Amino acid sequence: MFAIKEDRELAPNIKLLRIEAPRIVKKRQAGQFVIVRVHDHGERIPLTIADSDTENGTITIVVQGVGKTTKLLNRLTTGDQILDVVGPLGMPSEVKLFGTVVVIGGGVGTAIAYPTAVAMHQVGNRVISIVGAKTKEFVILEDEVRAASDELFVMTDDGSYGAHGFVTQKLQALIEGGTSINHVLAIGPIPMMKAVAEVTRPKGIPTIVSLNPIMVDGTGMCGGCRVLVGGETRFACVDGPEFDAHEVDFETLVQRNRQYRSQEMKALNRFEAAAEIDSDALKPCELQRKYSEVGPQHAP
Amino acid sequence: MAEKLSPKERTRIARQSMPEQPAAQRAHNFEEVNLGLSAAVAEKEAQRCLTCADPKCVHGCPVGVKIREVVDFVRQGEYLNAAAKLREDNVLPAVTGRVCPQEIQCEGACILSKRFAPLAIGHIERFVADYERSVGRVGLPKRARSTGKKVAIVGSGPAGLSCAGDLIQRGHDVTVFEALHEFGGVLVYGIPEFRLPKQIVKDEIENLRTMGIEFQTNVVIGKTVTVDELFSEEGYDAVLIATGAGLPRFLNVPGEHLGGVYSANEFLTRVNLLNAYDPLHYDSPVYDCRDRNVAVVGGGNTAMDAVRTSLRLGAKNAYLIYRRSEVEMPARREEVRHAKDEGVQFLMLHNPIEFVGNSDGELCGAKLAKMELGEPDESGRHSVAAIPDSEFVLPLDMAVVAIGTGANPLVQSSTPAIQTNKWGYIVVDEATFRTTKRGVFAGGDIVSGSATVILAMGAGRKAAKSIHEYLTTNVWEAETTLA
Ligand SMILES: Cc1cc2nc3c(=O)[nH]c(=O)nc-3n(C[C@H](O)[C@H](O)[C@H](O)COP(=O)(O)OP(=O)(O)OC[C@H]3O[C@@H](n4cnc5c(N)ncnc54)[C@H](O)[C@@H]3O)c2cc1C
Ligand SMILES: Cc1cc2nc3c(=O)[nH]c(=O)nc-3n(C[C@H](O)[C@H](O)[C@H](O)COP(=O)(O)OP(=O)(O)OC[C@H]3O[C@@H](n4cnc5c(N)ncnc54)[C@H](O)[C@@H]3O)c2cc1C
Ligand code: FES
Repeated sequence: MFAIKEDRELAPNIKLLRIEAPRIVKKRQAGQFVIVRVHDHGERIPLTIADSDTENGTITIVVQGVGKTTKLLNRLTTGDQILDVVGPLGMPSEVKLFGTVVVIGGGVGTAIAYPTAVAMHQVGNRVISIVGAKTKEFVILEDEVRAASDELFVMTDDGSYGAHGFVTQKLQALIEGGTSINHVLAIGPIPMMKAVAEVTRPKGIPTIVSLNPIMVDGTGMCGGCRVLVGGETRFACVDGPEFDAHEVDFETLVQRNRQYRSQEMKALNRFEAAAEIDSDALKPCELQRKYSEVGPQHAP
Repeated sequence: MAEKLSPKERTRIARQSMPEQPAAQRAHNFEEVNLGLSAAVAEKEAQRCLTCADPKCVHGCPVGVKIREVVDFVRQGEYLNAAAKLREDNVLPAVTGRVCPQEIQCEGACILSKRFAPLAIGHIERFVADYERSVGRVGLPKRARSTGKKVAIVGSGPAGLSCAGDLIQRGHDVTVFEALHEFGGVLVYGIPEFRLPKQIVKDEIENLRTMGIEFQTNVVIGKTVTVDELFSEEGYDAVLIATGAGLPRFLNVPGEHLGGVYSANEFLTRVNLLNAYDPLHYDSPVYDCRDRNVAVVGGGNTAMDAVRTSLRLGAKNAYLIYRRSEVEMPARREEVRHAKDEGVQFLMLHNPIEFVGNSDGELCGAKLAKMELGEPDESGRHSVAAIPDSEFVLPLDMAVVAIGTGANPLVQSSTPAIQTNKWGYIVVDEATFRTTKRGVFAGGDIVSGSATVILAMGAGRKAAKSIHEYLTTNVWEAETTLA
């Protein structure tokens, strides 16, 4: 069991959870993720390690509620337990002195890009961050990202905060304004990452994206997370999740992520209907009690 | 009485058949197909044994189970003694009694098989193990006085479990680290419930826990902790790598990324480990096979398990596509027969050359080429080639690729001192299971490539012996003996 030490709402439907996982804290590097299973009947989902605290032995995840499991996670509060947390998984981000690095985060992607921005800054890069969100209230981790950046630009789709427009417009403006950029990291919705790749491609600016295929084990055993990169099959959980944006086949990724759409909708509807009838029964602690005839094998 | 039968009389008894769930019924549930022999039937079968002075079956068994003595006990009705005898060489008899390829091992070597049906050794073994389980009197061996040495076992498949079981008896502290959230390796995520009920594996793990072994889930060695750190920071004196051959191979044909195309590992893991067949109670999804056309590509046990699972999930047509002919299929014979009885359609001498998708990126068919066998090569295996212009499209909604697995590199890549061969499997000294790194041993599929439960178990036990030797002598000679 992995105890939640802190829960904080960052934006509507986006929550930060600090989880006790001392073993993972010791090893984790920027760009790596964990796989989480909330309870004995739950599914395994990947979430990036946004931060960690060596002293308290905790890792931080930032979760956007998009389906049954993430919405369930977002109901958890301090003191609740998560049954399984395994990691750190995946390859760490390539962090070295590039010169000027632009880190782009869209939506919850900001939380995923944040640890790499910190690491890039620490090794002496000039970090320019561009954070994008739908509206003001969805801008997350602004102070944290600012602290890790030499410059920060916030973009909102409706102009309610920062500048009006998409992150790609800011990137384009930087390039056209003569900023010499050595490296770009873009993490966010697939259309955003694809658009960034198209902006940097003509200039040949090395660009990295973090892919989010559906995963199961996270150790290279199932191949469910396979992505096409440069025409080759790669397993995102062990070879990635970061890849060269100019080589990624985004269309295939979009299609593969749609595979369970109808089942996911049904599961979410059932979950929300049940929550309406008896939201107490869906309190994580209740669910866990119900499902936790699992015995000592799960005690770490 | 039974003892007095003449050999001739013994051969006149017909091989007792295993009762099974009717095919039409079992094709729609996940309950076990084979129901097990009754005591009376097991005893009768045991009477068929010719009690050879030099029993060939024992030589046929990869771990040398004293089969004749086990069968003797069964014939005399001493089932618990039979079980104890069995456990001397085989720590997972309820598992191997169900999944060993007996036809090419003990039963293949049985002298009866020259003129009659071989003795049903697998069925007897299963009976003995189940009897022992049913009376709840598993004779757990005692633990020797503590040696104060610590051993880490990486991976909880049959190789890791059997090694752990032997080492704890010798007085060492043993911890098993497993990457997944459950223990058992392929026994829990690969082999389906209808062939190997999970409770059996759970019980065996409980036994090992009772014996004093510590089990930890959610630890990926190479990621959460490295092998070097197991020694330097966690104080282990020896490490066994038993991580299996878990990396799925794909066909590398166009369309393999379409939605609805799975590796067998993913499909079986979703159904077995994550219970995706029960969406009302479990959260992990799997493709909805009901009334759909499903094909599985391959000819081994994994392919059989996947295709029979798809039937149980409601597939309208379940095809098994194999590029050679049926006699060449590596699957256990019993699985092939069961699959056919259940209605799996065998497309032998066919090979997919492309998966075809619709505009949403979902699978809608496979382009298959018909194949023909050429002359056998030196190993006796026929070459196989596509017949020109024989392609056609088979309409499909889901496909599973079950053409084998490779070595998972997680441990090796984080521990460069462990040498691997050109396929990525760990190189060990054949006699001692020592790797090229001091204190590190390896066994099971991660050394041999995908093999069998019994071979993995045998490797785990031999490795245990060698680890014990190392821990008591502190001599590491592998450098000189390694090729
Ligand atoms: C390496 C990696 C790191 C990730 N890090 C984070 C993170 O830090 N914070 C965070 O909020 N999310 C992160 N994700 C995405 C997260 O795993 C998914 O949102 C989650 O699995 C959805 O599960 P669900 O049951 O809530 O929703 P589902 O009901 O399974 O799906 C709901 C919707 O989300 C889509 N979806 C399903 N699985 C995924 C997936 N793996 N990735 C993206 N979309 C998916 C579906 O197509 C569907 O539209 C990461 C994904 C990967 C692969
Ligand atoms: C579907 C299927 C059906 C089969 N049917 C049969 C059959 O009928 N008869 C038969 O004899 N054989 C059968 N086999 C083969 C048999 O199951 C294997 O040969 C055997 O399980 C190998 O045992 P192992 O202990 O080497 O590895 P595995 O059983 O593969 O176990 C390895 C374990 O190590 C864990 N692991 C991997 N990497 C790490 C890491 N870095 N850190 C921690 N843990 C890790 C894995 O999660 C896994 O639990 C079948 C295999 C499959 C896939
Ligand atoms: S998640 Fe299974 S191989 Fe990547």
